[in-house]
Amino acid sequence: MTTHFLGDTVVLLGRSMRHITRSLDTIVTVTIMPIALMLLFVYVFGGAIDTGSERYVNYLLPGILLITIAMGISYTAFRLFTDMKSGIFERFQSMPIARSSVLWAHVLTSLVSNLISLVIVMLVALLMGFRSPAGVLAWLGVAGILMLFTLTVTWLAVIAGLSAKTTDGAGAFSYPIIFLPFISSAFVPTDTMPGPVRAFAEHQPVTSIVNTIRDLITQQPVSTDIWTALAWCFGVLVVAYALAMATYHRKIA
Amino acid sequence: MITIDPAIRIRGLEKSYQDVHVLRGVDFDVARGSIFALLGSNGAGKTTVVKTLSTLLKPDAGTATVDGFDVVSQPANVRESISLTGQFAAVDETLTGRENLVLVARLRHLEDVGRIADELLTRFHLAEAGGRAVSTYSGGMRRRLDIAMSLFGDPPVIFLDEPTTGLDPQSRVEVWNSVKDLAGRGTTVLLTTQYLDEAEQLAERIAILHQGRIVANGTLADLKRLLPPAQVEYVEKQPTLEDVFLAIIDNNNDIDHDNDHDNDHDSDHDNDHDSDSDTNGNGRTARVARAAGSDR
Repeated sequence: MTTHFLGDTVVLLGRSMRHITRSLDTIVTVTIMPIALMLLFVYVFGGAIDTGSERYVNYLLPGILLITIAMGISYTAFRLFTDMKSGIFERFQSMPIARSSVLWAHVLTSLVSNLISLVIVMLVALLMGFRSPAGVLAWLGVAGILMLFTLTVTWLAVIAGLSAKTTDGAGAFSYPIIFLPFISSAFVPTDTMPGPVRAFAEHQPVTSIVNTIRDLITQQPVSTDIWTALAWCFGVLVVAYALAMATYHRKIA
Repeated sequence: MITIDPAIRIRGLEKSYQDVHVLRGVDFDVARGSIFALLGSNGAGKTTVVKTLSTLLKPDAGTATVDGFDVVSQPANVRESISLTGQFAAVDETLTGRENLVLVARLRHLEDVGRIADELLTRFHLAEAGGRAVSTYSGGMRRRLDIAMSLFGDPPVIFLDEPTTGLDPQSRVEVWNSVKDLAGRGTTVLLTTQYLDEAEQLAERIAILHQGRIVANGTLADLKRLLPPAQVEYVEKQPTLEDVFLAIIDNNNDIDHDNDHDNDHDSDHDNDHDSDSDTNGNGRTARVARAAGSDR
Protein backbone atom coordinates (compact mmCIF):
# COMPACT_ATOMS: atom_id res chain seq x y z
CA MET A 1 0.00 0.00 0.00
CA THR A 2 2.85 2.40 0.75
CA THR A 3 4.36 1.97 -2.70
CA HIS A 4 0.94 2.68 -4.15
CA PHE A 5 0.62 5.73 -1.96
CA LEU A 6 3.76 7.35 -3.37
CA GLY A 7 3.07 6.33 -6.96
CA ASP A 8 -0.60 7.34 -6.83
CA THR A 9 0.25 10.66 -5.21
CA VAL A 10 2.75 11.42 -7.95
CA VAL A 11 0.24 10.55 -10.69
CA LEU A 12 -2.43 12.73 -9.09
CA LEU A 13 0.06 15.53 -8.48
CA GLY A 14 0.87 15.45 -12.18
CA ARG A 15 -2.81 15.78 -12.90
CA SER A 16 -3.48 18.82 -10.75
CA MET A 17 -0.23 20.49 -11.81
CA ARG A 18 -1.56 20.29 -15.37
CA HIS A 19 -4.58 22.24 -14.22
CA ILE A 20 -2.23 25.00 -13.15
CA THR A 21 0.03 24.99 -16.17
CA ARG A 22 -2.99 24.92 -18.52
CA SER A 23 -4.76 27.80 -16.85
CA LEU A 24 -1.99 30.14 -15.82
CA ASP A 25 -4.62 32.70 -14.88
CA THR A 26 -4.74 31.15 -11.41
CA ILE A 27 -1.09 32.06 -10.89
CA VAL A 28 -1.77 35.54 -12.29
CA THR A 29 -4.79 36.09 -10.02
CA VAL A 30 -2.83 34.89 -7.02
CA THR A 31 0.17 37.16 -7.64
CA ILE A 32 -1.58 40.28 -8.91
CA MET A 33 -2.99 41.38 -5.55
CA PRO A 34 0.22 41.05 -3.56
CA ILE A 35 2.10 42.86 -6.34
CA ALA A 36 -0.49 45.65 -6.42
CA LEU A 37 -0.30 45.96 -2.64
CA MET A 38 3.46 46.10 -2.81
CA LEU A 39 3.34 48.87 -5.43
CA LEU A 40 0.74 50.76 -3.43
CA PHE A 41 2.57 50.54 -0.14
CA VAL A 42 6.03 51.21 -1.52
CA TYR A 43 5.20 54.05 -3.90
CA VAL A 44 2.12 55.61 -2.25
CA PHE A 45 2.10 55.04 1.52
CA GLY A 46 5.68 53.99 2.00
CA GLY A 47 7.17 57.47 1.96
CA ALA A 48 5.18 58.35 5.06
CA ILE A 49 5.97 55.18 6.96
CA ASP A 50 9.01 55.34 9.19
CA THR A 51 10.64 51.94 9.52
CA GLY A 52 14.08 53.14 10.44
CA SER A 53 16.96 53.12 8.05
CA GLU A 54 15.76 50.16 5.99
CA ARG A 55 14.36 50.47 2.51
CA TYR A 56 10.61 50.07 2.78
CA VAL A 57 10.42 47.38 0.10
CA ASN A 58 12.83 45.31 2.20
CA TYR A 59 10.64 45.92 5.23
CA LEU A 60 7.31 44.90 3.73
CA LEU A 61 8.34 41.95 1.53
CA PRO A 62 7.89 39.26 4.25
CA GLY A 63 4.28 40.34 4.82
CA ILE A 64 3.62 40.48 1.08
CA LEU A 65 4.91 36.93 0.72
CA LEU A 66 2.51 35.70 3.40
CA ILE A 67 -0.38 37.46 1.63
CA THR A 68 0.66 35.72 -1.59
CA ILE A 69 0.41 32.35 0.14
CA ALA A 70 -2.95 33.23 1.67
CA MET A 71 -4.24 34.12 -1.80
CA GLY A 72 -2.79 30.94 -3.25
CA ILE A 73 -4.43 28.53 -0.85
CA SER A 74 -7.91 29.78 -1.67
CA TYR A 75 -7.33 28.09 -5.03
CA THR A 76 -6.32 24.92 -3.25
CA ALA A 77 -9.69 24.90 -1.51
CA PHE A 78 -11.37 25.74 -4.80
CA ARG A 79 -9.68 22.91 -6.69
CA LEU A 80 -10.52 20.40 -4.01
CA PHE A 81 -14.12 21.60 -3.89
CA THR A 82 -14.43 21.31 -7.68
CA ASP A 83 -13.13 17.75 -7.59
CA MET A 84 -15.62 16.81 -4.91
CA LYS A 85 -18.49 18.25 -6.93
CA SER A 86 -17.49 16.84 -10.28
CA GLY A 87 -17.70 13.16 -9.47
CA ILE A 88 -14.06 12.53 -10.29
CA PHE A 89 -13.48 12.38 -6.56
CA GLU A 90 -15.90 9.46 -6.29
CA ARG A 91 -14.22 7.78 -9.22
CA PHE A 92 -10.89 7.97 -7.40
CA GLN A 93 -12.45 6.76 -4.15
CA SER A 94 -13.97 3.74 -5.85
CA MET A 95 -10.64 2.75 -7.39
CA PRO A 96 -8.01 0.55 -5.79
CA ILE A 97 -5.71 3.44 -4.89
CA ALA A 98 -4.37 4.73 -1.61
CA ARG A 99 -7.25 6.98 -0.60
CA SER A 100 -5.23 9.61 1.20
CA SER A 101 -3.11 10.22 -1.90
CA VAL A 102 -6.07 12.12 -3.34
CA LEU A 103 -5.66 14.70 -0.57
CA TRP A 104 -1.89 14.69 -0.57
CA ALA A 105 -1.81 15.40 -4.29
CA HIS A 106 -3.78 18.56 -3.65
CA VAL A 107 -1.53 19.52 -0.77
CA LEU A 108 1.65 19.06 -2.83
CA THR A 109 0.11 20.96 -5.72
CA SER A 110 -0.54 23.79 -3.31
CA LEU A 111 3.11 23.80 -2.23
CA VAL A 112 4.43 23.81 -5.78
CA SER A 113 2.04 26.45 -7.11
CA ASN A 114 2.66 28.70 -4.12
CA LEU A 115 6.37 28.36 -4.69
CA ILE A 116 5.90 29.56 -8.27
CA SER A 117 3.81 32.52 -7.09
CA LEU A 118 6.36 33.41 -4.41
CA VAL A 119 9.17 33.44 -6.95
CA ILE A 120 7.18 35.76 -9.22
CA VAL A 121 6.44 38.18 -6.39
CA MET A 122 10.09 38.14 -5.32
CA LEU A 123 11.20 38.95 -8.86
CA VAL A 124 8.90 41.96 -8.91
CA ALA A 125 10.32 43.01 -5.53
CA LEU A 126 13.82 42.80 -6.98
CA LEU A 127 12.75 45.09 -9.81
CA MET A 128 11.42 47.51 -7.19
CA GLY A 129 14.78 47.67 -5.48
CA PHE A 130 14.59 44.85 -2.96
CA ARG A 131 18.10 43.76 -1.99
CA SER A 132 19.24 41.34 0.65
CA PRO A 133 22.69 40.71 2.09
CA ALA A 134 21.59 37.29 3.34
CA GLY A 135 23.55 34.16 2.46
CA VAL A 136 22.37 30.82 1.17
CA LEU A 137 21.75 29.43 4.63
CA ALA A 138 19.53 32.33 5.65
CA TRP A 139 17.58 32.03 2.40
CA LEU A 140 17.11 28.32 2.97
CA GLY A 141 15.71 29.28 6.37
CA VAL A 142 13.33 31.72 4.70
CA ALA A 143 12.25 29.09 2.18
CA GLY A 144 11.72 26.59 4.99
CA ILE A 145 9.52 28.91 6.99
CA LEU A 146 7.51 29.94 3.94
CA MET A 147 6.93 26.29 3.01
CA LEU A 148 5.95 25.43 6.56
CA PHE A 149 3.49 28.33 6.59
CA THR A 150 2.13 27.20 3.20
CA LEU A 151 1.71 23.65 4.44
CA THR A 152 -0.08 24.85 7.55
CA VAL A 153 -2.58 27.08 5.78
CA THR A 154 -2.98 24.49 3.00
CA TRP A 155 -4.40 22.03 5.52
CA LEU A 156 -6.79 24.77 6.63
CA ALA A 157 -7.72 25.11 2.96
CA VAL A 158 -8.34 21.36 2.78
CA ILE A 159 -10.88 21.63 5.60
CA ALA A 160 -12.59 24.48 3.77
CA GLY A 161 -12.54 22.69 0.42
CA LEU A 162 -13.97 19.50 1.89
CA SER A 163 -16.71 21.08 3.94
CA ALA A 164 -17.78 24.02 1.74
CA LYS A 165 -21.28 24.05 0.28
CA THR A 166 -20.56 26.57 -2.49
CA THR A 167 -17.59 27.67 -4.56
CA ASP A 168 -17.61 31.05 -2.85
CA GLY A 169 -17.60 29.40 0.55
CA ALA A 170 -14.59 27.30 -0.42
CA GLY A 171 -12.53 30.44 -1.10
CA ALA A 172 -13.91 32.78 1.55
CA PHE A 173 -12.07 31.23 4.49
CA SER A 174 -8.81 32.70 3.22
CA TYR A 175 -9.92 36.33 3.71
CA PRO A 176 -9.04 36.42 7.41
CA ILE A 177 -5.62 34.95 6.61
CA ILE A 178 -5.10 37.55 3.88
CA PHE A 179 -6.00 40.25 6.39
CA LEU A 180 -3.90 39.07 9.31
CA PRO A 181 -0.66 40.63 7.97
CA PHE A 182 -2.29 44.08 8.00
CA ILE A 183 -2.70 43.93 11.76
CA SER A 184 0.85 42.80 12.36
CA SER A 185 4.39 44.06 12.03
CA ALA A 186 4.26 43.39 8.28
CA PHE A 187 3.58 46.93 7.05
CA VAL A 188 4.26 49.20 10.02
CA PRO A 189 6.12 48.73 13.30
CA THR A 190 3.66 47.60 15.96
CA ASP A 191 4.72 50.20 18.51
CA THR A 192 2.77 52.92 16.69
CA MET A 193 -0.51 51.06 17.23
CA PRO A 194 -2.98 51.84 20.06
CA GLY A 195 -2.90 49.47 23.07
CA PRO A 196 -5.43 46.70 22.30
CA VAL A 197 -4.56 46.59 18.58
CA ARG A 198 -0.89 46.46 19.43
CA ALA A 199 -1.49 43.64 21.90
CA PHE A 200 -3.32 41.67 19.20
CA ALA A 201 -0.69 42.46 16.56
CA GLU A 202 2.17 41.37 18.75
CA HIS A 203 0.59 38.12 19.79
CA GLN A 204 -0.84 36.84 16.55
CA PRO A 205 1.15 34.34 14.50
CA VAL A 206 1.92 36.54 11.50
CA THR A 207 4.05 39.02 13.47
CA SER A 208 6.46 36.36 14.70
CA ILE A 209 6.70 34.81 11.24
CA VAL A 210 7.24 38.19 9.57
CA ASN A 211 9.87 39.18 12.12
CA THR A 212 11.74 35.93 11.67
CA ILE A 213 11.78 36.19 7.87
CA ARG A 214 12.82 39.85 8.14
CA ASP A 215 15.69 39.01 10.45
CA LEU A 216 16.84 36.29 8.08
CA ILE A 217 16.79 38.35 4.91
CA THR A 218 18.43 41.36 6.53
CA GLN A 219 21.14 39.09 7.94
CA GLN A 220 20.25 40.01 11.53
CA PRO A 221 20.60 37.56 14.38
CA VAL A 222 17.26 35.73 14.64
CA SER A 223 15.34 36.59 17.80
CA THR A 224 13.22 34.25 19.87
CA ASP A 225 10.44 35.09 17.42
CA ILE A 226 11.52 32.05 15.44
CA TRP A 227 10.40 29.72 18.22
CA THR A 228 7.07 31.50 18.49
CA ALA A 229 6.72 31.30 14.71
CA LEU A 230 7.56 27.60 14.59
CA ALA A 231 5.27 26.87 17.52
CA TRP A 232 2.36 28.63 15.82
CA CYS A 233 2.97 26.91 12.49
CA PHE A 234 3.41 23.42 13.89
CA GLY A 235 0.58 23.86 16.37
CA VAL A 236 -1.93 24.99 13.75
CA LEU A 237 -0.59 22.41 11.31
CA VAL A 238 -1.22 19.51 13.66
CA VAL A 239 -4.74 20.67 14.52
CA ALA A 240 -5.63 21.50 10.91
CA TYR A 241 -4.28 18.18 9.67
CA ALA A 242 -6.25 16.25 12.26
CA LEU A 243 -9.45 18.15 11.47
CA ALA A 244 -8.93 17.82 7.73
CA MET A 245 -8.40 14.07 8.00
CA ALA A 246 -11.45 13.71 10.23
CA THR A 247 -13.52 15.67 7.72
CA TYR A 248 -12.13 13.56 4.89
CA HIS A 249 -12.99 10.28 6.56
CA ARG A 250 -16.45 11.53 7.34
CA LYS A 251 -16.93 12.48 3.68
CA ILE A 252 -15.72 9.24 2.17
CA ALA A 253 -17.05 6.57 4.47
CA MET B 1 -19.63 -29.58 -7.46
CA ILE B 2 -18.68 -25.95 -7.64
CA THR B 3 -21.51 -23.53 -7.22
CA ILE B 4 -21.11 -20.24 -9.02
CA ASP B 5 -21.55 -17.37 -6.63
CA PRO B 6 -23.46 -14.40 -7.92
CA ALA B 7 -21.32 -11.40 -8.85
CA ILE B 8 -23.36 -9.23 -6.51
CA ARG B 9 -25.38 -10.35 -3.52
CA ILE B 10 -27.34 -7.94 -1.35
CA ARG B 11 -29.27 -8.95 1.75
CA GLY B 12 -31.36 -6.72 3.98
CA LEU B 13 -29.55 -3.55 3.01
CA GLU B 14 -30.65 -0.48 4.95
CA LYS B 15 -29.46 3.11 4.85
CA SER B 16 -30.79 6.34 6.31
CA TYR B 17 -29.72 9.92 5.93
CA GLN B 18 -30.74 11.71 9.08
CA ASP B 19 -34.51 11.06 9.21
CA VAL B 20 -34.88 9.81 5.67
CA HIS B 21 -35.02 6.04 5.47
CA VAL B 22 -33.71 5.61 1.92
CA LEU B 23 -33.18 1.86 1.84
CA ARG B 24 -35.50 -0.27 3.98
CA GLY B 25 -34.16 -3.76 3.39
CA VAL B 26 -33.03 -4.37 -0.15
CA ASP B 27 -32.32 -7.91 -1.38
CA PHE B 28 -31.17 -9.05 -4.78
CA ASP B 29 -28.54 -11.09 -6.61
CA VAL B 30 -26.87 -10.36 -9.90
CA ALA B 31 -25.60 -13.37 -11.85
CA ARG B 32 -22.11 -13.25 -13.32
CA GLY B 33 -21.84 -11.89 -16.83
CA SER B 34 -25.38 -10.54 -16.89
CA ILE B 35 -26.84 -7.07 -17.24
CA PHE B 36 -29.06 -6.19 -14.33
CA ALA B 37 -31.15 -3.05 -14.29
CA LEU B 38 -32.24 -1.33 -11.13
CA LEU B 39 -35.27 0.70 -12.07
CA GLY B 40 -36.79 3.46 -10.02
CA SER B 41 -37.91 7.05 -9.97
CA ASN B 42 -35.76 9.91 -8.71
CA GLY B 43 -35.00 9.52 -5.05
CA ALA B 44 -35.90 5.83 -4.98
CA GLY B 45 -32.44 5.01 -3.60
CA LYS B 46 -30.76 3.64 -6.73
CA THR B 47 -27.66 5.77 -6.28
CA THR B 48 -27.46 4.82 -2.63
CA VAL B 49 -27.36 1.14 -3.61
CA VAL B 50 -24.63 1.81 -6.17
CA LYS B 51 -22.58 3.89 -3.75
CA THR B 52 -22.82 1.20 -1.11
CA LEU B 53 -21.69 -1.46 -3.57
CA SER B 54 -18.78 0.70 -4.70
CA THR B 55 -17.63 1.26 -1.08
CA LEU B 56 -18.44 4.97 -1.07
CA LEU B 57 -21.11 4.57 1.60
CA LYS B 58 -21.38 2.26 4.57
CA PRO B 59 -24.74 0.56 5.04
CA ASP B 60 -26.58 0.91 8.35
CA ALA B 61 -27.66 -2.72 8.24
CA GLY B 62 -27.54 -5.72 5.97
CA THR B 63 -24.75 -7.18 3.89
CA ALA B 64 -23.50 -6.75 0.37
CA THR B 65 -20.84 -8.75 -1.42
CA VAL B 66 -19.29 -7.94 -4.76
CA ASP B 67 -17.26 -10.58 -6.56
CA GLY B 68 -17.30 -12.54 -3.32
CA PHE B 69 -15.92 -9.71 -1.18
CA ASP B 70 -17.82 -7.97 1.58
CA VAL B 71 -18.14 -4.24 0.91
CA VAL B 72 -17.69 -3.32 4.57
CA SER B 73 -14.95 -5.66 5.72
CA GLN B 74 -13.00 -6.05 2.44
CA PRO B 75 -13.42 -2.70 0.67
CA ALA B 76 -9.95 -2.80 -0.91
CA ASN B 77 -10.71 -6.13 -2.61
CA VAL B 78 -14.05 -4.82 -3.79
CA ARG B 79 -12.37 -1.79 -5.34
CA GLU B 80 -10.04 -4.10 -7.24
CA SER B 81 -13.03 -5.90 -8.70
CA ILE B 82 -15.26 -3.02 -9.69
CA SER B 83 -15.51 0.08 -11.69
CA LEU B 84 -17.99 2.85 -11.10
CA THR B 85 -19.43 5.20 -13.65
CA GLY B 86 -21.33 7.65 -11.54
CA GLN B 87 -24.37 9.72 -12.32
CA PHE B 88 -22.35 12.69 -13.50
CA ALA B 89 -19.54 12.07 -15.94
CA ALA B 90 -16.46 11.79 -13.73
CA VAL B 91 -13.95 13.12 -16.20
CA ASP B 92 -11.32 15.79 -15.84
CA GLU B 93 -12.41 18.73 -17.99
CA THR B 94 -8.99 20.31 -18.23
CA LEU B 95 -7.20 17.22 -19.43
CA THR B 96 -7.60 15.76 -22.92
CA GLY B 97 -9.56 12.58 -23.44
CA ARG B 98 -6.39 10.59 -23.82
CA GLU B 99 -4.83 12.09 -20.69
CA ASN B 100 -7.94 11.15 -18.75
CA LEU B 101 -7.55 7.55 -19.84
CA VAL B 102 -3.84 7.53 -19.09
CA LEU B 103 -4.50 9.00 -15.64
CA VAL B 104 -6.92 6.24 -14.72
CA ALA B 105 -4.68 3.56 -16.23
CA ARG B 106 -1.75 4.77 -14.10
CA LEU B 107 -3.93 4.76 -11.00
CA ARG B 108 -4.84 1.17 -11.78
CA HIS B 109 -1.09 0.46 -11.91
CA LEU B 110 -1.18 -0.96 -15.42
CA GLU B 111 1.67 -1.44 -17.84
CA ASP B 112 1.70 0.00 -21.32
CA VAL B 113 -0.89 2.64 -20.52
CA GLY B 114 -0.48 4.53 -23.79
CA ARG B 115 -1.40 1.57 -25.94
CA ILE B 116 -4.46 0.66 -23.86
CA ALA B 117 -5.57 4.28 -23.89
CA ASP B 118 -5.37 4.42 -27.68
CA GLU B 119 -7.24 1.14 -27.98
CA LEU B 120 -10.07 2.40 -25.82
CA LEU B 121 -10.23 5.70 -27.68
CA THR B 122 -10.71 3.77 -30.91
CA ARG B 123 -13.22 1.36 -29.41
CA PHE B 124 -15.33 4.27 -28.16
CA HIS B 125 -15.05 6.32 -31.35
CA LEU B 126 -13.01 9.00 -29.65
CA ALA B 127 -9.72 8.56 -31.47
CA GLU B 128 -9.95 11.88 -33.29
CA ALA B 129 -11.07 13.80 -30.21
CA GLY B 130 -8.47 12.15 -27.98
CA GLY B 131 -6.09 15.09 -28.11
CA ARG B 132 -8.68 17.75 -27.25
CA ALA B 133 -9.58 19.01 -23.79
CA VAL B 134 -12.67 17.27 -22.47
CA SER B 135 -14.32 20.64 -21.87
CA THR B 136 -14.90 20.79 -25.65
CA TYR B 137 -16.70 17.40 -25.74
CA SER B 138 -20.41 16.86 -26.21
CA GLY B 139 -22.45 15.07 -23.54
CA GLY B 140 -22.39 11.79 -25.42
CA MET B 141 -18.64 11.95 -25.93
CA ARG B 142 -18.09 12.66 -22.25
CA ARG B 143 -20.24 9.72 -21.29
CA ARG B 144 -18.39 7.40 -23.65
CA LEU B 145 -15.07 8.62 -22.29
CA ASP B 146 -16.42 8.11 -18.80
CA ILE B 147 -17.37 4.52 -19.56
CA ALA B 148 -14.07 3.93 -21.35
CA MET B 149 -12.27 5.11 -18.20
CA SER B 150 -14.14 2.43 -16.28
CA LEU B 151 -12.84 -0.42 -18.37
CA PHE B 152 -9.17 -0.47 -17.49
CA GLY B 153 -7.90 -3.68 -16.02
CA ASP B 154 -11.12 -5.39 -17.14
CA PRO B 155 -12.90 -5.24 -13.79
CA PRO B 156 -15.36 -8.13 -13.54
CA VAL B 157 -18.16 -5.91 -12.24
CA ILE B 158 -19.20 -2.52 -13.57
CA PHE B 159 -21.70 -0.11 -12.06
CA LEU B 160 -23.38 2.39 -14.32
CA ASP B 161 -25.48 4.91 -12.45
CA GLU B 162 -28.00 6.42 -14.86
CA PRO B 163 -25.61 6.20 -17.79
CA THR B 164 -27.86 7.97 -20.28
CA THR B 165 -29.57 10.63 -18.21
CA GLY B 166 -29.35 13.90 -20.09
CA LEU B 167 -28.10 12.39 -23.33
CA ASP B 168 -29.68 12.84 -26.74
CA PRO B 169 -31.28 9.72 -28.27
CA GLN B 170 -28.38 9.08 -30.59
CA SER B 171 -25.82 9.16 -27.78
CA ARG B 172 -28.07 6.89 -25.75
CA VAL B 173 -27.93 4.28 -28.48
CA GLU B 174 -24.14 4.60 -28.56
CA VAL B 175 -23.93 4.08 -24.80
CA TRP B 176 -26.33 1.14 -25.02
CA ASN B 177 -24.14 -0.48 -27.62
CA SER B 178 -21.10 -0.02 -25.40
CA VAL B 179 -22.92 -1.65 -22.50
CA LYS B 180 -24.06 -4.61 -24.61
CA ASP B 181 -20.53 -4.98 -25.88
CA LEU B 182 -19.26 -5.12 -22.30
CA ALA B 183 -21.69 -7.78 -21.24
CA GLY B 184 -20.75 -9.72 -24.35
CA ARG B 185 -17.22 -9.87 -22.98
CA GLY B 186 -18.39 -11.45 -19.75
CA THR B 187 -18.49 -8.35 -17.56
CA THR B 188 -21.28 -8.14 -15.02
CA VAL B 189 -23.12 -4.86 -15.41
CA LEU B 190 -25.39 -3.33 -12.81
CA LEU B 191 -27.07 -0.30 -14.23
CA THR B 192 -29.60 2.03 -12.70
CA THR B 193 -32.04 3.91 -14.78
CA GLN B 194 -35.29 5.79 -14.64
CA TYR B 195 -36.00 5.05 -18.29
CA LEU B 196 -38.17 2.02 -18.79
CA ASP B 197 -37.11 1.50 -22.39
CA GLU B 198 -33.47 1.47 -21.34
CA ALA B 199 -34.05 -1.39 -18.92
CA GLU B 200 -36.05 -3.16 -21.60
CA GLN B 201 -33.34 -2.71 -24.21
CA LEU B 202 -30.42 -3.82 -22.10
CA ALA B 203 -31.21 -5.88 -19.09
CA GLU B 204 -31.67 -9.58 -18.70
CA ARG B 205 -33.14 -9.03 -15.28
CA ILE B 206 -34.89 -5.97 -13.95
CA ALA B 207 -35.56 -5.05 -10.35
CA ILE B 208 -37.86 -2.21 -9.42
CA LEU B 209 -36.78 -0.22 -6.41
CA HIS B 210 -39.62 1.68 -4.82
CA GLN B 211 -39.71 3.42 -1.44
CA GLY B 212 -36.52 1.70 -0.33
CA ARG B 213 -37.54 -1.84 -1.23
CA ILE B 214 -37.36 -4.13 -4.24
CA VAL B 215 -41.00 -4.46 -5.23
CA ALA B 216 -40.44 -6.62 -8.31
CA ASN B 217 -37.51 -8.61 -9.64
CA GLY B 218 -37.37 -10.78 -12.72
CA THR B 219 -36.88 -10.99 -16.46
CA LEU B 220 -38.87 -8.69 -18.65
CA ALA B 221 -41.21 -11.58 -19.40
CA ASP B 222 -41.67 -12.24 -15.67
CA LEU B 223 -42.53 -8.64 -15.05
CA LYS B 224 -44.97 -8.53 -17.92
CA ARG B 225 -46.74 -11.55 -16.48
CA LEU B 226 -47.43 -9.58 -13.32
CA LEU B 227 -50.08 -7.70 -15.25
CA PRO B 228 -53.16 -8.99 -17.00
CA PRO B 229 -52.59 -10.10 -20.62
CA ALA B 230 -51.83 -7.34 -23.09
CA GLN B 231 -54.60 -6.00 -25.28
CA VAL B 232 -53.60 -7.26 -28.66
CA GLU B 233 -55.73 -4.81 -30.60
CA TYR B 234 -53.45 -1.91 -29.75
CA VAL B 235 -50.26 -3.41 -31.18
CA GLU B 236 -49.85 -1.61 -34.45
CA LYS B 237 -46.47 -0.98 -35.93
CA GLN B 238 -46.43 2.69 -35.09
CA PRO B 239 -42.92 4.22 -35.06
CA THR B 240 -42.12 6.21 -31.97
CA LEU B 241 -40.90 9.76 -32.23
CA GLU B 242 -37.50 8.43 -31.21
CA ASP B 243 -37.44 6.06 -34.21
CA VAL B 244 -38.36 8.92 -36.52
CA PHE B 245 -35.77 11.19 -34.98
CA LEU B 246 -33.00 8.61 -35.21
CA ALA B 247 -33.88 7.71 -38.79
CA ILE B 248 -33.72 11.33 -39.88
CA ILE B 249 -30.56 12.05 -37.93
CA ASP B 250 -28.78 8.95 -39.22
CA ASN B 251 -29.54 9.87 -42.81
CA ASN B 252 -28.17 13.35 -42.45
CA ASN B 253 -25.42 12.77 -40.06
CA ASP B 254 -22.94 10.29 -41.40
CA ILE B 255 -20.29 12.96 -41.82
CA ASP B 256 -19.91 14.56 -38.42
CA HIS B 257 -20.97 11.59 -36.43
CA ASP B 258 -18.38 11.97 -33.76
CA ASN B 259 -17.66 15.54 -33.06
CA ASP B 260 -20.77 17.59 -33.10
CA HIS B 261 -23.64 16.55 -31.01
CA ASP B 262 -24.08 19.91 -29.50
CA ASN B 263 -26.53 18.77 -26.93
CA ASP B 264 -25.90 20.11 -23.51
CA HIS B 265 -24.64 17.52 -21.24
CA ASP B 266 -26.52 18.23 -18.13
CA SER B 267 -29.30 16.39 -16.55
CA ASP B 268 -31.94 19.08 -16.71
CA HIS B 269 -34.15 16.67 -18.52
CA ASP B 270 -34.69 14.55 -15.43
CA ASN B 271 -38.01 15.97 -14.61
CA ASP B 272 -39.51 15.25 -17.97
CA HIS B 273 -39.28 11.61 -17.26
CA ASP B 274 -40.61 11.41 -13.76
CA SER B 275 -44.01 10.40 -14.99
CA ASP B 276 -42.50 7.39 -16.76
CA SER B 277 -41.77 5.62 -13.61
CA ASP B 278 -45.24 5.49 -12.18
CA THR B 279 -46.91 4.14 -15.26
CA ASN B 280 -49.17 1.17 -14.97
CA GLY B 281 -51.50 -0.21 -17.61
CA ASN B 282 -51.05 2.91 -19.64
CA GLY B 283 -47.32 2.66 -19.96
CA ARG B 284 -47.63 -0.97 -20.87
CA THR B 285 -49.57 -0.45 -24.04
CA ALA B 286 -47.04 2.15 -25.02
CA ARG B 287 -44.30 -0.30 -24.30
CA VAL B 288 -45.85 -3.01 -26.40
CA ALA B 289 -46.23 -0.59 -29.25
CA ARG B 290 -42.60 0.38 -28.94
CA ALA B 291 -41.39 -3.19 -28.85
CA ALA B 292 -43.03 -3.70 -32.19
CA GLY B 293 -41.86 -0.43 -33.63
CA SER B 294 -38.30 -0.34 -32.48
CA ASP B 295 -37.17 -3.46 -34.21
CA ARG B 296 -34.16 -1.76 -35.72
